Amino acid sequence: MQIVLFHLMPYADLDLGEGRRNGTVWVTLPNRNFDPQKGHRLYNRYLDELEYGEELGFDVVAVNEHHQTAYGLMPSPIVTASALARRTQRVKIAILGSALPLRAHPMMVAEEHAMIDVISGGRLISGFVRGIGAEYHTFGVNPTFSHDRFHEAHDLIVRAWSEPGPFSFHGHHYRVRYVNLWPRPYQKPHPPIWIPSQGSKETIDWASHSDRRYTYLQTFSPVKVVQRYLKQYRDTCAGYGYACEDRQLGWAVPVYVGETDQSARAEAKQHFEAFRNVYVRMPLEMLLPPGYTSRESLKNVMKAKAQMFGDVTLEQALELGLFVCGSAETVYRAFEQYWKDMRFGNLLVMCQFGTLPAELTRANMERFARGVLPRLKALD
Amino acid sequence: MPFTDHTLELDGCRTRYRRGGKGTPLLFLHGAGGMPVVLPFMEQLAQRFEVIVPDHPGYGRSDEPDWLENIHDLAYFYLDFVAALKLERVVLVGNSMGGWMAMEIAVRNTSRIASIVLVSPAGIAAPGAEPADIFLLSPEDTVRQLFHDQRFAEERLAIPVTPEAIDLGLKNRHTTARLAWEPRLHDPFLPKWLHRIDVPVAIVWGKEDRVLPVGIADELKRLLPQAQLKIFEHCGHLPQVEKAEEFCDFVVRFACK
Repeated sequence: MQIVLFHLMPYADLDLGEGRRNGTVWVTLPNRNFDPQKGHRLYNRYLDELEYGEELGFDVVAVNEHHQTAYGLMPSPIVTASALARRTQRVKIAILGSALPLRAHPMMVAEEHAMIDVISGGRLISGFVRGIGAEYHTFGVNPTFSHDRFHEAHDLIVRAWSEPGPFSFHGHHYRVRYVNLWPRPYQKPHPPIWIPSQGSKETIDWASHSDRRYTYLQTFSPVKVVQRYLKQYRDTCAGYGYACEDRQLGWAVPVYVGETDQSARAEAKQHFEAFRNVYVRMPLEMLLPPGYTSRESLKNVMKAKAQMFGDVTLEQALELGLFVCGSAETVYRAFEQYWKDMRFGNLLVMCQFGTLPAELTRANMERFARGVLPRLKALD
Repeated sequence: MPFTDHTLELDGCRTRYRRGGKGTPLLFLHGAGGMPVVLPFMEQLAQRFEVIVPDHPGYGRSDEPDWLENIHDLAYFYLDFVAALKLERVVLVGNSMGGWMAMEIAVRNTSRIASIVLVSPAGIAAPGAEPADIFLLSPEDTVRQLFHDQRFAEERLAIPVTPEAIDLGLKNRHTTARLAWEPRLHDPFLPKWLHRIDVPVAIVWGKEDRVLPVGIADELKRLLPQAQLKIFEHCGHLPQVEKAEEFCDFVVRFACK
């Protein structure tokens, strides 16, 4: 199993009361709540944490893209991935992912990813996402064209990476007379492509298609939901006439390892609950603008609204498998069991979440790296 | 005066419309919420006009054609629509999104149009008059923002929500987003061509409009200097509902003079 250290880089110094009062830390939380001096310390602390991930033996360090929110301070994962490309030597760097429909032009994504791949000597894993619903509000990009733009941008990027240029591209949303990428990516034919998702049939059908076989990552979902979608991915591969490899599946989950189960819970509780109940929270209309999902999916979310949009305690999260927390032994056993059930080839652990401070984050990473990571890697 | 239901297959789109009354044809173009039922103002107008109220492509009971990508597509569709129904000397009345469509139609071709009533239309932007963010409002707040007199909102909110109503609501919302998400509720190029509208125009607005503030009316009047401006006091975004009688009287006086 490949173990990925995943970071959201939240604004951990957030006044949680302000976030609560505003109803969400996305889109509308006034940016006077961001203090650039605190931001300076946080960025450097978080980059240090990811760099430390290499020293601790993680296979991959991962960053992602979010806009105008305290949830994550990486409107451009290109910036953080670039910094990591120069400060690390061995570890792979995953961008999970670039929000293709939000970017003005996919050629920029193709170029920037290719640069990082070349600079890092082929250590880049490219992730593609559509951006979450809130970001269609902040960017003004029409969500009803989100899927179309995503697919067309993807096609353009992959062709730009892998086909000899110059050639012309005639899409509905993007038209380019000369596609002729300098630099071409280091990896052949191009960096691996991962698709993080909250789970949708459309995404699974597309990512698992035998032409693509992209690694599908289920992010921050109750474990039953993770199981359902990973199984659906495997079944879909079978439907396409091939056997899904474990490397095509991944699960992203917040993790906290303490000295004991009890101390782990005590240390993580307030920070996890801040993550789940303040940083993640947003109204339905913000989360799912029209066209971002199918109307059927939207109706299902409306039905589950009370459950999805209410507060969740750490204890409930553990029961749901939204969070894995305990001693190294407990955490290992949990993942071993999940792995036996689901056989995901990639585990993405988020060792910092919400307001979790630097000392606890480091201690968590070290205990995970010492007591859990080597045993998980050995699973086969 | 009963309205009857009709279907017209046009441009590959099964288009539902209601038709009632006799007289000069009046084409009413509804707003973002669609027009799921016959409203009193339609009955009243039907005493003087032959009133035609289509569900726009993408809305209500009409199809969602693949070609529908922006407001211009609907402008051309409605030019086909009035031609297909052989309507001449049409009084074109549009509210909100429908008012925007009316302007987009009229800058292209007014040969079948006699006059236009723009009822708190979307379509243009005005400095300092920011529209409500209709895509962030909850369903209840959306209804409340539509009206000045909250009794109208209470009445509407008291109607039980059926699964069919939810489906129609999501469909209408989807199409509105497709047409008006960005640029939000307007076409930045429209003002360049408003001078092409060569038929009488009336601009009608509720003074207390909380969806498209009345400040937009001043800007539209500036762009359409020949237009008659009528502001309804104590009235929100839907004058045809909140001030139905006065609204209909105004339309009759304006269109029949």
